[in-house]
Amino acid sequence: MSESTANMLEVKNLHAYYGKSHILQGVSFKVQEGEIVSLLGRNGVGRSTTVKTIMGEVAPQGSIIFKGKEIAGKPSYEIANLGLGYVPENRDIFPTLTVRENLLLGVKGATSSGRWSIDEVFGMFPNLGARADVHGGVLSGGEQQMLCMCRTLMGDPDMIMIDEPTEGLAPKVVEQVGTLLQEIANRGVAILLVEQKLSIAMKISQRVYVMGHGQVVYEGDPQSLLGSESIRKEWLEV
Amino acid sequence: MFEILVFATLNGLVTGLLLFMLASGLTLIFSMMGVLNFAHASLYMLGAYFAYSISLYLGFWLGLLIAPLLVGVLGALIERYGLRRVHQHGHVAELVFTFGLAFLIDEAVQFFWGPDTKNYQSPDVLDFPLFTLFGQEFSAYRGFMIGISVLIFIGLYRLLTRSRVGIIIQAAITHPHTVANLGHNVPLIFMAVFGVGSALAGVAGVIAGPVLTTFPGMAAVLGSIVFVIVVIGGLGSLAGALIASLLIGLLQSYAIASNLGVADLLNLLGLEFSRDHPLTDLWTLTLPQIAPILPYLLLILVLIFRPTGLLGNREQ
Repeated sequence: MSESTANMLEVKNLHAYYGKSHILQGVSFKVQEGEIVSLLGRNGVGRSTTVKTIMGEVAPQGSIIFKGKEIAGKPSYEIANLGLGYVPENRDIFPTLTVRENLLLGVKGATSSGRWSIDEVFGMFPNLGARADVHGGVLSGGEQQMLCMCRTLMGDPDMIMIDEPTEGLAPKVVEQVGTLLQEIANRGVAILLVEQKLSIAMKISQRVYVMGHGQVVYEGDPQSLLGSESIRKEWLEV
Repeated sequence: MFEILVFATLNGLVTGLLLFMLASGLTLIFSMMGVLNFAHASLYMLGAYFAYSISLYLGFWLGLLIAPLLVGVLGALIERYGLRRVHQHGHVAELVFTFGLAFLIDEAVQFFWGPDTKNYQSPDVLDFPLFTLFGQEFSAYRGFMIGISVLIFIGLYRLLTRSRVGIIIQAAITHPHTVANLGHNVPLIFMAVFGVGSALAGVAGVIAGPVLTTFPGMAAVLGSIVFVIVVIGGLGSLAGALIASLLIGLLQSYAIASNLGVADLLNLLGLEFSRDHPLTDLWTLTLPQIAPILPYLLLILVLIFRPTGLLGNREQ
Protein backbone atom coordinates (compact mmCIF):
# COMPACT_ATOMS: atom_id res chain seq x y z
CA MET A 1 0.00 0.00 0.00
CA SER A 2 1.41 3.41 -0.95
CA GLU A 3 1.86 6.01 1.79
CA SER A 4 -0.83 8.32 0.40
CA THR A 5 -3.55 5.66 0.66
CA ALA A 6 -2.34 4.54 4.11
CA ASN A 7 -2.80 8.07 5.39
CA MET A 8 -6.25 8.59 6.86
CA LEU A 9 -5.60 12.24 7.70
CA GLU A 10 -2.76 14.48 6.65
CA VAL A 11 -2.53 18.05 7.90
CA LYS A 12 0.06 20.26 6.22
CA ASN A 13 1.12 23.73 7.32
CA LEU A 14 -2.24 24.55 8.92
CA HIS A 15 -2.86 28.10 10.09
CA ALA A 16 -5.94 29.47 11.88
CA TYR A 17 -6.93 32.77 13.44
CA TYR A 18 -9.38 33.93 16.11
CA GLY A 19 -9.88 37.52 15.04
CA LYS A 20 -6.35 38.89 14.78
CA SER A 21 -4.83 36.24 17.07
CA HIS A 22 -2.71 33.79 15.09
CA ILE A 23 -3.57 30.54 16.92
CA LEU A 24 -2.29 27.79 14.63
CA GLN A 25 1.07 28.67 13.11
CA GLY A 26 1.80 25.93 10.62
CA VAL A 27 0.64 22.66 12.21
CA SER A 28 1.59 19.49 10.33
CA PHE A 29 0.92 15.87 11.29
CA LYS A 30 -0.68 12.72 10.00
CA VAL A 31 -2.79 9.80 11.21
CA GLN A 32 -2.72 6.49 9.36
CA GLU A 33 -5.53 3.98 8.87
CA GLY A 34 -6.50 2.23 12.11
CA GLU A 35 -3.85 4.14 14.10
CA ILE A 36 -4.25 5.74 17.53
CA VAL A 37 -2.41 9.06 17.64
CA SER A 38 -2.38 11.55 20.50
CA LEU A 39 -2.05 15.29 20.22
CA LEU A 40 -0.63 16.53 23.52
CA GLY A 41 0.24 19.88 25.01
CA ARG A 42 -0.58 22.40 27.70
CA ASN A 43 -3.76 24.47 27.76
CA GLY A 44 -3.88 27.21 25.15
CA VAL A 45 -1.31 25.77 22.72
CA GLY A 46 -3.92 25.19 20.00
CA ARG A 47 -4.82 21.48 20.38
CA SER A 48 -8.61 22.04 20.44
CA THR A 49 -8.35 24.72 17.75
CA THR A 50 -6.52 22.18 15.56
CA VAL A 51 -9.41 19.68 15.65
CA LYS A 52 -12.03 22.43 15.33
CA THR A 53 -10.21 23.74 12.28
CA ILE A 54 -9.99 20.27 10.73
CA MET A 55 -13.73 19.90 11.36
CA GLY A 56 -14.51 23.19 9.61
CA GLU A 57 -15.63 25.08 12.73
CA VAL A 58 -12.71 27.51 12.41
CA ALA A 59 -11.63 28.84 9.00
CA PRO A 60 -8.47 26.99 7.88
CA GLN A 61 -5.47 28.13 5.89
CA GLY A 62 -3.30 25.28 4.65
CA SER A 63 -4.01 21.75 3.57
CA ILE A 64 -6.15 19.09 5.29
CA ILE A 65 -6.36 15.83 3.35
CA PHE A 66 -8.79 13.20 4.62
CA LYS A 67 -8.98 9.84 2.84
CA GLY A 68 -7.15 11.39 -0.13
CA LYS A 69 -9.51 14.38 -0.45
CA GLU A 70 -8.81 18.00 0.36
CA ILE A 71 -11.36 19.00 3.02
CA ALA A 72 -10.03 22.43 4.02
CA GLY A 73 -12.85 24.97 3.68
CA LYS A 74 -15.63 22.38 3.38
CA PRO A 75 -18.65 22.73 5.69
CA SER A 76 -18.68 20.55 8.83
CA TYR A 77 -21.55 18.32 7.74
CA GLU A 78 -19.76 17.38 4.50
CA ILE A 79 -16.58 16.53 6.42
CA ALA A 80 -18.61 14.39 8.85
CA ASN A 81 -20.31 12.63 5.95
CA LEU A 82 -16.91 11.76 4.46
CA GLY A 83 -16.34 9.64 7.59
CA LEU A 84 -14.58 11.95 10.06
CA GLY A 85 -16.15 11.90 13.52
CA TYR A 86 -15.58 14.55 16.20
CA VAL A 87 -16.29 14.40 19.92
CA PRO A 88 -16.03 17.95 21.28
CA GLU A 89 -14.39 18.88 24.55
CA ASN A 90 -17.57 20.27 26.14
CA ARG A 91 -19.56 17.01 25.73
CA ASP A 92 -22.27 18.75 23.76
CA ILE A 93 -25.04 16.26 24.43
CA PHE A 94 -28.60 17.45 23.77
CA PRO A 95 -29.96 17.79 27.33
CA THR A 96 -33.67 17.88 26.46
CA LEU A 97 -33.51 14.80 24.21
CA THR A 98 -33.47 11.27 25.59
CA VAL A 99 -30.37 9.09 25.56
CA ARG A 100 -31.83 7.06 22.68
CA GLU A 101 -32.67 10.23 20.71
CA ASN A 102 -29.15 11.54 21.31
CA LEU A 103 -27.77 8.34 19.79
CA LEU A 104 -30.27 8.43 16.90
CA LEU A 105 -28.99 11.89 16.00
CA GLY A 106 -25.58 10.40 15.32
CA VAL A 107 -26.96 8.00 12.71
CA LYS A 108 -26.44 9.26 9.18
CA GLY A 109 -29.31 8.54 6.82
CA ALA A 110 -32.50 6.86 7.98
CA THR A 111 -31.04 3.65 9.40
CA SER A 112 -27.86 2.50 11.04
CA SER A 113 -25.92 -0.14 9.11
CA GLY A 114 -22.33 0.50 10.18
CA ARG A 115 -19.92 -0.96 12.70
CA TRP A 116 -22.08 0.11 15.67
CA SER A 117 -25.71 -0.25 16.70
CA ILE A 118 -27.72 1.31 19.52
CA ASP A 119 -28.36 -2.10 21.11
CA GLU A 120 -24.65 -2.80 21.09
CA VAL A 121 -23.92 0.53 22.81
CA PHE A 122 -26.52 -0.30 25.48
CA GLY A 123 -24.84 -3.71 25.89
CA MET A 124 -21.43 -2.12 26.36
CA PHE A 125 -22.75 0.55 28.74
CA PRO A 126 -25.68 -0.88 30.71
CA ASN A 127 -26.06 2.47 32.52
CA LEU A 128 -26.97 4.15 29.23
CA GLY A 129 -29.31 1.27 28.33
CA ALA A 130 -31.12 1.55 31.65
CA ARG A 131 -31.62 5.27 31.00
CA ALA A 132 -32.47 5.01 27.30
CA ASP A 133 -35.62 7.09 27.70
CA VAL A 134 -34.23 9.57 30.23
CA HIS A 135 -33.20 13.10 29.21
CA GLY A 136 -29.47 13.34 28.47
CA GLY A 137 -29.16 16.35 30.77
CA VAL A 138 -29.58 14.26 33.93
CA LEU A 139 -26.69 11.86 33.21
CA SER A 140 -23.45 12.04 35.19
CA GLY A 141 -20.36 13.57 33.58
CA GLY A 142 -18.93 10.13 32.78
CA GLU A 143 -22.19 8.90 31.28
CA GLN A 144 -22.44 12.06 29.19
CA GLN A 145 -18.92 11.47 27.88
CA MET A 146 -19.79 7.88 26.91
CA LEU A 147 -23.01 9.07 25.27
CA CYS A 148 -21.17 11.76 23.35
CA MET A 149 -18.57 9.29 22.06
CA CYS A 150 -21.15 6.63 21.21
CA ARG A 151 -23.32 9.21 19.43
CA THR A 152 -20.43 10.00 17.09
CA LEU A 153 -19.78 6.27 16.58
CA MET A 154 -23.40 5.83 15.41
CA GLY A 155 -22.39 7.71 12.25
CA ASP A 156 -19.85 4.93 11.53
CA PRO A 157 -16.78 7.17 11.09
CA ASP A 158 -13.50 5.81 9.67
CA MET A 159 -11.62 8.16 11.94
CA ILE A 160 -12.66 9.88 15.16
CA MET A 161 -11.14 12.95 16.82
CA ILE A 162 -11.78 13.09 20.57
CA ASP A 163 -11.05 16.23 22.55
CA GLU A 164 -10.13 15.68 26.25
CA PRO A 165 -12.41 12.69 26.90
CA THR A 166 -11.10 12.14 30.44
CA GLU A 167 -11.30 15.76 31.64
CA GLY A 168 -12.93 15.93 35.07
CA LEU A 169 -13.77 12.21 35.24
CA ALA A 170 -13.19 9.79 38.14
CA PRO A 171 -10.32 7.27 37.67
CA LYS A 172 -12.75 4.37 37.22
CA VAL A 173 -14.59 6.21 34.44
CA VAL A 174 -11.27 7.13 32.82
CA GLU A 175 -10.58 3.40 32.62
CA GLN A 176 -13.92 2.87 30.88
CA VAL A 177 -13.06 5.59 28.36
CA GLY A 178 -9.75 3.79 27.71
CA THR A 179 -11.57 0.48 27.13
CA LEU A 180 -13.97 2.12 24.69
CA LEU A 181 -11.09 3.75 22.80
CA GLN A 182 -9.43 0.35 22.47
CA GLU A 183 -12.69 -1.15 21.19
CA ILE A 184 -13.00 1.67 18.64
CA ALA A 185 -9.46 0.97 17.41
CA ASN A 186 -10.13 -2.80 17.30
CA ARG A 187 -12.87 -2.12 14.77
CA GLY A 188 -10.43 -0.42 12.44
CA VAL A 189 -11.31 3.16 13.27
CA ALA A 190 -8.37 5.58 13.42
CA ILE A 191 -8.27 7.82 16.52
CA LEU A 192 -6.83 11.27 17.09
CA LEU A 193 -6.85 11.73 20.86
CA VAL A 194 -6.41 15.28 22.12
CA GLU A 195 -5.21 15.27 25.71
CA GLN A 196 -3.47 17.38 28.27
CA LYS A 197 -2.71 14.51 30.64
CA LEU A 198 -0.38 11.74 29.60
CA SER A 199 -1.96 8.80 31.47
CA ILE A 200 -4.42 7.30 29.00
CA ALA A 201 -2.66 8.64 25.88
CA MET A 202 0.61 6.90 26.78
CA LYS A 203 -1.13 3.56 27.33
CA ILE A 204 -3.02 3.31 24.06
CA SER A 205 -1.30 5.53 21.47
CA GLN A 206 1.02 4.24 18.76
CA ARG A 207 2.41 7.71 18.08
CA VAL A 208 2.24 11.05 19.85
CA TYR A 209 2.62 14.67 18.78
CA VAL A 210 3.31 17.47 21.27
CA MET A 211 2.13 20.98 20.49
CA GLY A 212 3.52 24.30 21.72
CA HIS A 213 2.90 27.88 20.58
CA GLY A 214 0.54 26.82 17.78
CA GLN A 215 2.97 24.33 16.23
CA VAL A 216 3.95 20.69 16.54
CA VAL A 217 7.17 20.67 18.56
CA TYR A 218 7.72 16.92 19.00
CA GLU A 219 6.82 13.73 17.20
CA GLY A 220 7.58 10.22 18.39
CA ASP A 221 6.25 7.11 20.09
CA PRO A 222 5.05 7.08 23.71
CA GLN A 223 8.21 5.31 24.97
CA SER A 224 10.52 7.95 23.47
CA LEU A 225 8.42 10.72 24.95
CA LEU A 226 8.48 9.08 28.36
CA GLY A 227 12.24 8.81 28.01
CA SER A 228 12.67 12.42 26.99
CA GLU A 229 12.46 14.35 30.22
CA SER A 230 13.51 17.65 28.65
CA ILE A 231 10.61 17.61 26.18
CA ARG A 232 8.11 16.76 28.91
CA LYS A 233 9.44 19.49 31.18
CA GLU A 234 9.50 22.12 28.45
CA TRP A 235 6.17 21.41 26.78
CA LEU A 236 3.94 19.28 29.00
CA GLU A 237 4.49 19.50 32.72
CA VAL A 238 2.85 22.30 34.61
CA MET B 1 -75.64 34.41 29.54
CA PHE B 2 -74.61 30.78 29.07
CA GLU B 3 -75.23 30.90 25.31
CA ILE B 4 -73.10 34.05 24.99
CA LEU B 5 -70.33 32.28 26.89
CA VAL B 6 -70.50 29.20 24.63
CA PHE B 7 -70.37 31.22 21.42
CA ALA B 8 -67.71 33.58 22.74
CA THR B 9 -65.63 30.51 23.61
CA LEU B 10 -66.08 29.00 20.15
CA ASN B 11 -65.24 32.28 18.41
CA GLY B 12 -62.29 32.75 20.75
CA LEU B 13 -61.05 29.28 19.82
CA VAL B 14 -61.30 30.10 16.10
CA THR B 15 -59.32 33.33 16.53
CA GLY B 16 -56.86 31.76 18.97
CA LEU B 17 -56.07 28.80 16.75
CA LEU B 18 -55.71 31.06 13.73
CA LEU B 19 -53.29 33.24 15.66
CA PHE B 20 -51.40 30.12 16.71
CA MET B 21 -50.94 29.06 13.10
CA LEU B 22 -49.16 32.36 12.52
CA ALA B 23 -47.34 32.41 15.85
CA SER B 24 -46.09 28.81 15.53
CA GLY B 25 -44.19 29.57 12.33
CA LEU B 26 -42.83 32.79 13.76
CA THR B 27 -41.66 31.19 17.00
CA LEU B 28 -40.14 28.20 15.19
CA ILE B 29 -38.11 30.52 12.97
CA PHE B 30 -37.09 32.62 15.97
CA SER B 31 -35.99 29.53 17.92
CA MET B 32 -33.70 28.38 15.14
CA MET B 33 -32.26 31.58 13.83
CA GLY B 34 -32.86 34.17 16.52
CA VAL B 35 -34.63 36.25 13.88
CA LEU B 36 -37.93 37.99 14.51
CA ASN B 37 -39.39 37.89 11.02
CA PHE B 38 -41.33 41.12 10.56
CA ALA B 39 -42.49 39.92 7.15
CA HIS B 40 -44.30 36.92 8.66
CA ALA B 41 -47.76 38.54 8.63
CA SER B 42 -47.14 39.74 5.08
CA LEU B 43 -46.61 36.09 4.06
CA TYR B 44 -49.96 35.35 5.76
CA MET B 45 -51.55 38.03 3.58
CA LEU B 46 -49.87 36.62 0.48
CA GLY B 47 -51.43 33.24 1.33
CA ALA B 48 -54.89 34.81 1.25
CA TYR B 49 -54.24 36.66 -2.03
CA PHE B 50 -52.66 33.64 -3.75
CA ALA B 51 -55.61 31.51 -2.64
CA TYR B 52 -58.07 34.14 -3.86
CA SER B 53 -56.50 34.21 -7.34
CA ILE B 54 -56.22 30.42 -7.52
CA SER B 55 -59.82 30.00 -6.33
CA LEU B 56 -61.03 32.08 -9.31
CA TYR B 57 -59.75 29.40 -11.68
CA LEU B 58 -59.38 26.19 -9.71
CA GLY B 59 -61.71 26.60 -6.74
CA PHE B 60 -61.16 27.00 -2.98
CA TRP B 61 -59.75 23.56 -2.22
CA LEU B 62 -56.91 23.66 -4.74
CA GLY B 63 -56.18 27.16 -3.45
CA LEU B 64 -55.90 25.73 0.07
CA LEU B 65 -53.33 23.26 -1.25
CA ILE B 66 -51.33 25.37 -3.71
CA ALA B 67 -51.22 28.80 -2.01
CA PRO B 68 -49.39 27.60 1.16
CA LEU B 69 -46.96 25.67 -1.05
CA LEU B 70 -46.20 28.83 -3.02
CA VAL B 71 -45.76 30.85 0.17
CA GLY B 72 -43.55 28.08 1.61
CA VAL B 73 -41.30 28.07 -1.46
CA LEU B 74 -41.14 31.86 -1.36
CA GLY B 75 -40.19 31.69 2.33
CA ALA B 76 -37.44 29.14 1.60
CA LEU B 77 -36.08 31.40 -1.17
CA ILE B 78 -36.17 34.41 1.18
CA GLU B 79 -34.06 32.46 3.69
CA ARG B 80 -31.65 31.04 1.10
CA TYR B 81 -30.97 34.17 -0.93
CA GLY B 82 -31.86 36.91 1.56
CA LEU B 83 -31.55 36.17 5.26
CA ARG B 84 -28.61 33.78 4.94
CA ARG B 85 -26.56 36.49 3.22
CA VAL B 86 -27.66 39.18 5.65
CA HIS B 87 -27.03 36.90 8.66
CA GLN B 88 -23.25 37.57 8.72
CA HIS B 89 -23.97 41.26 9.41
CA GLY B 90 -25.82 40.51 12.66
CA HIS B 91 -29.34 40.61 14.05
CA VAL B 92 -29.96 44.30 13.38
CA ALA B 93 -29.33 43.79 9.67
CA GLU B 94 -31.67 40.78 9.74
CA LEU B 95 -34.42 42.80 11.42
CA VAL B 96 -34.05 45.65 8.93
CA PHE B 97 -34.13 43.11 6.09
CA THR B 98 -37.39 41.48 7.23
CA PHE B 99 -38.88 44.91 7.98
CA GLY B 100 -38.09 46.06 4.44
CA LEU B 101 -39.42 42.81 3.05
CA ALA B 102 -42.75 43.39 4.81
CA PHE B 103 -43.06 46.78 3.09
CA LEU B 104 -42.08 45.25 -0.23
CA ILE B 105 -44.70 42.49 0.00
CA ASP B 106 -47.40 44.91 1.14
CA GLU B 107 -46.66 47.24 -1.77
CA ALA B 108 -46.50 44.31 -4.21
CA VAL B 109 -49.93 43.12 -3.05
CA GLN B 110 -51.40 46.57 -3.72
CA PHE B 111 -49.60 46.74 -7.08
CA PHE B 112 -50.81 43.38 -8.36
CA TRP B 113 -54.21 43.05 -6.70
CA GLY B 114 -55.18 46.69 -6.11
CA PRO B 115 -56.14 48.50 -2.90
CA ASP B 116 -59.74 47.26 -2.74
CA THR B 117 -61.11 44.34 -0.74
CA LYS B 118 -61.30 41.08 -2.68
CA ASN B 119 -64.40 38.97 -2.87
CA TYR B 120 -62.71 35.84 -1.53
CA GLN B 121 -65.45 33.51 -0.33
CA SER B 122 -65.55 30.34 1.71
CA PRO B 123 -66.51 27.29 -0.39
CA ASP B 124 -70.22 26.63 -1.00
CA VAL B 125 -69.89 23.13 0.42
CA LEU B 126 -69.18 24.66 3.87
CA ASP B 127 -71.87 27.32 3.56
CA PHE B 128 -74.31 25.88 6.08
CA PRO B 129 -74.76 26.06 9.84
CA LEU B 130 -72.76 23.32 11.54
CA PHE B 131 -75.15 23.41 14.48
CA THR B 132 -77.73 25.69 16.02
CA LEU B 133 -77.49 26.34 19.73
CA PHE B 134 -79.84 28.58 21.72
CA GLY B 135 -81.21 29.80 18.39
CA GLN B 136 -77.77 30.89 17.12
CA GLU B 137 -76.00 29.30 14.19
CA PHE B 138 -72.35 28.28 14.19
CA SER B 139 -71.13 28.12 10.59
CA ALA B 140 -69.53 24.98 9.20
CA TYR B 141 -66.63 27.10 7.87
CA ARG B 142 -65.72 28.19 11.40
CA GLY B 143 -65.84 24.53 12.45
CA PHE B 144 -63.57 23.76 9.52
CA MET B 145 -61.15 26.48 10.68
CA ILE B 146 -60.99 24.91 14.14
CA GLY B 147 -60.55 21.43 12.65
CA ILE B 148 -57.74 22.33 10.27
CA SER B 149 -55.90 24.34 12.96
CA VAL B 150 -56.08 21.44 15.43
CA LEU B 151 -54.91 19.00 12.74
CA ILE B 152 -51.95 21.20 11.89
CA PHE B 153 -51.04 21.58 15.55
CA ILE B 154 -51.14 17.80 16.11
CA GLY B 155 -49.15 17.21 12.91
CA LEU B 156 -46.54 19.79 13.84
CA TYR B 157 -46.27 18.50 17.41
CA ARG B 158 -45.82 14.90 16.23
CA LEU B 159 -43.32 15.95 13.58
CA LEU B 160 -41.24 17.87 16.11
CA THR B 161 -41.36 15.36 18.96
CA ARG B 162 -41.70 11.93 17.35
CA SER B 163 -39.89 12.04 14.03
CA ARG B 164 -36.18 11.89 13.30
CA VAL B 165 -36.45 15.17 11.41
CA GLY B 166 -38.08 16.74 14.48
CA ILE B 167 -35.28 15.49 16.73
CA ILE B 168 -32.69 16.97 14.37
CA ILE B 169 -34.59 20.30 14.33
CA GLN B 170 -34.85 20.38 18.13
CA ALA B 171 -31.13 19.70 18.47
CA ALA B 172 -30.19 22.20 15.76
CA ILE B 173 -32.10 24.94 17.61
CA THR B 174 -29.76 24.77 20.60
CA HIS B 175 -26.58 23.11 19.22
CA PRO B 176 -26.22 23.87 15.49
CA HIS B 177 -22.45 23.17 15.40
CA THR B 178 -22.78 19.80 17.11
CA VAL B 179 -25.58 18.76 14.77
CA ALA B 180 -23.46 19.78 11.75
CA ASN B 181 -20.52 17.77 13.14
CA LEU B 182 -22.78 14.70 13.16
CA GLY B 183 -23.28 15.07 9.41
CA HIS B 184 -26.56 16.98 9.20
CA ASN B 185 -26.87 19.86 6.75
CA VAL B 186 -27.94 22.58 9.19
CA PRO B 187 -28.35 25.41 6.62
CA LEU B 188 -30.72 23.15 4.65
CA ILE B 189 -32.66 22.41 7.86
CA PHE B 190 -32.92 26.16 8.57
CA MET B 191 -34.18 26.81 5.05
CA ALA B 192 -36.77 24.05 5.36
CA VAL B 193 -37.98 25.35 8.74
CA PHE B 194 -38.29 28.86 7.31
CA GLY B 195 -40.22 27.41 4.37
CA VAL B 196 -42.56 25.39 6.60
CA GLY B 197 -43.07 28.35 8.96
CA SER B 198 -43.95 30.54 5.96
CA ALA B 199 -46.28 27.87 4.58
CA LEU B 200 -48.09 27.78 7.95
CA ALA B 201 -48.59 31.54 7.69
CA GLY B 202 -49.87 30.90 4.17
CA VAL B 203 -52.41 28.33 5.42
CA ALA B 204 -53.59 30.82 8.03
CA GLY B 205 -54.06 33.41 5.28
CA VAL B 206 -55.97 31.00 3.06
CA ILE B 207 -58.47 30.03 5.74
CA ALA B 208 -58.73 33.48 7.36
CA GLY B 209 -59.19 35.36 4.07
CA PRO B 210 -62.90 34.60 3.62
CA VAL B 211 -63.74 35.39 7.29
CA LEU B 212 -61.50 38.35 8.13
CA THR B 213 -61.74 39.75 4.57
CA THR B 214 -58.91 39.83 2.07
CA PHE B 215 -57.58 43.37 1.82
CA PRO B 216 -54.11 45.01 1.78
CA GLY B 217 -54.30 45.91 5.48
CA MET B 218 -54.89 42.36 6.70
CA ALA B 219 -51.20 41.85 7.52
CA ALA B 220 -51.17 44.93 9.75
CA VAL B 221 -54.32 43.78 11.59
CA LEU B 222 -52.79 40.52 12.83
CA GLY B 223 -49.09 41.28 12.53
CA SER B 224 -48.59 43.16 15.75
CA ILE B 225 -50.82 40.78 17.75
CA VAL B 226 -48.73 37.82 16.59
CA PHE B 227 -45.61 39.48 17.97
CA VAL B 228 -47.46 40.10 21.22
CA ILE B 229 -48.28 36.37 21.34
CA VAL B 230 -44.73 35.13 20.87
CA VAL B 231 -43.52 37.50 23.59
CA ILE B 232 -46.33 36.54 26.02
CA GLY B 233 -45.83 32.83 25.30
CA GLY B 234 -42.08 33.12 25.72
CA LEU B 235 -39.81 33.69 22.73
CA GLY B 236 -39.11 30.38 21.04
CA SER B 237 -41.64 28.30 22.99
CA LEU B 238 -44.17 26.51 20.80
CA ALA B 239 -46.35 25.45 23.74
CA GLY B 240 -46.17 29.00 25.11
CA ALA B 241 -47.31 30.33 21.71
CA LEU B 242 -50.31 27.97 21.79
CA ILE B 243 -51.33 29.06 25.30
CA ALA B 244 -50.86 32.75 24.50
CA SER B 245 -52.78 32.45 21.20
CA LEU B 246 -55.76 30.80 22.89
CA LEU B 247 -55.56 33.23 25.80
CA ILE B 248 -55.68 36.28 23.54
CA GLY B 249 -58.29 34.77 21.23
CA LEU B 250 -60.58 33.98 24.17
CA LEU B 251 -59.86 37.24 26.00
CA GLN B 252 -60.80 39.34 22.99
CA SER B 253 -63.82 37.21 22.21
CA TYR B 254 -65.18 37.40 25.79
CA ALA B 255 -64.55 41.15 25.90
CA ILE B 256 -66.43 41.70 22.65
CA ALA B 257 -69.33 39.50 23.75
CA SER B 258 -69.70 41.11 27.16
CA ASN B 259 -71.79 44.17 27.92
CA LEU B 260 -69.74 45.19 30.93
CA GLY B 261 -68.07 48.55 31.30
CA VAL B 262 -64.85 49.55 33.03
CA ALA B 263 -66.97 51.03 35.86
CA ASP B 264 -68.59 47.62 36.46
CA LEU B 265 -65.17 46.01 36.79
CA LEU B 266 -64.05 48.72 39.21
CA ASN B 267 -67.23 48.20 41.21
CA LEU B 268 -66.40 44.51 41.45
CA LEU B 269 -63.12 45.54 43.05
CA GLY B 270 -65.07 47.70 45.49
CA LEU B 271 -64.03 50.98 43.83
CA GLU B 272 -66.58 53.64 43.02
CA PHE B 273 -66.15 56.99 41.31
CA SER B 274 -68.49 59.91 41.00
CA ARG B 275 -69.81 61.05 37.61
CA ASP B 276 -68.05 64.42 37.74
CA HIS B 277 -64.57 62.91 38.17
CA PRO B 278 -62.03 64.13 35.57
CA LEU B 279 -61.47 60.53 34.45
CA THR B 280 -65.15 59.81 33.79
CA ASP B 281 -64.50 59.14 30.12
CA LEU B 282 -62.17 56.32 31.05
CA TRP B 283 -64.65 54.27 33.07
CA THR B 284 -67.61 54.83 30.85
CA LEU B 285 -65.74 52.77 28.27
CA THR B 286 -67.22 49.32 27.64
CA LEU B 287 -65.24 46.09 27.36
CA PRO B 288 -66.08 45.63 23.65
CA GLN B 289 -64.57 49.08 23.10
CA ILE B 290 -61.29 48.21 24.79
CA ALA B 291 -61.09 44.63 23.39
CA PRO B 292 -58.50 45.56 20.70
CA ILE B 293 -56.03 46.89 23.28
CA LEU B 294 -56.38 43.96 25.71
CA PRO B 295 -53.53 41.93 24.11
CA TYR B 296 -51.21 44.90 24.58
CA LEU B 297 -52.31 45.37 28.20
CA LEU B 298 -51.59 41.68 28.77
CA LEU B 299 -48.20 42.16 27.10
CA ILE B 300 -47.34 44.99 29.51
CA LEU B 301 -48.39 42.89 32.51
CA VAL B 302 -46.30 39.94 31.29
CA LEU B 303 -43.28 42.16 30.64
CA ILE B 304 -43.55 43.60 34.16
CA PHE B 305 -44.21 40.40 36.11
CA ARG B 306 -42.69 37.68 33.91
CA PRO B 307 -40.35 39.18 31.31
CA THR B 308 -39.36 35.77 29.93
CA GLY B 309 -42.96 35.09 28.89
CA LEU B 310 -45.22 32.32 30.16
CA LEU B 311 -43.01 29.39 29.11
CA GLY B 312 -39.84 31.10 27.94
CA ASN B 313 -36.39 30.60 29.39
CA ARG B 314 -34.00 33.35 30.26
CA GLU B 315 -31.32 33.49 27.62
CA GLN B 316 -27.98 32.20 28.88
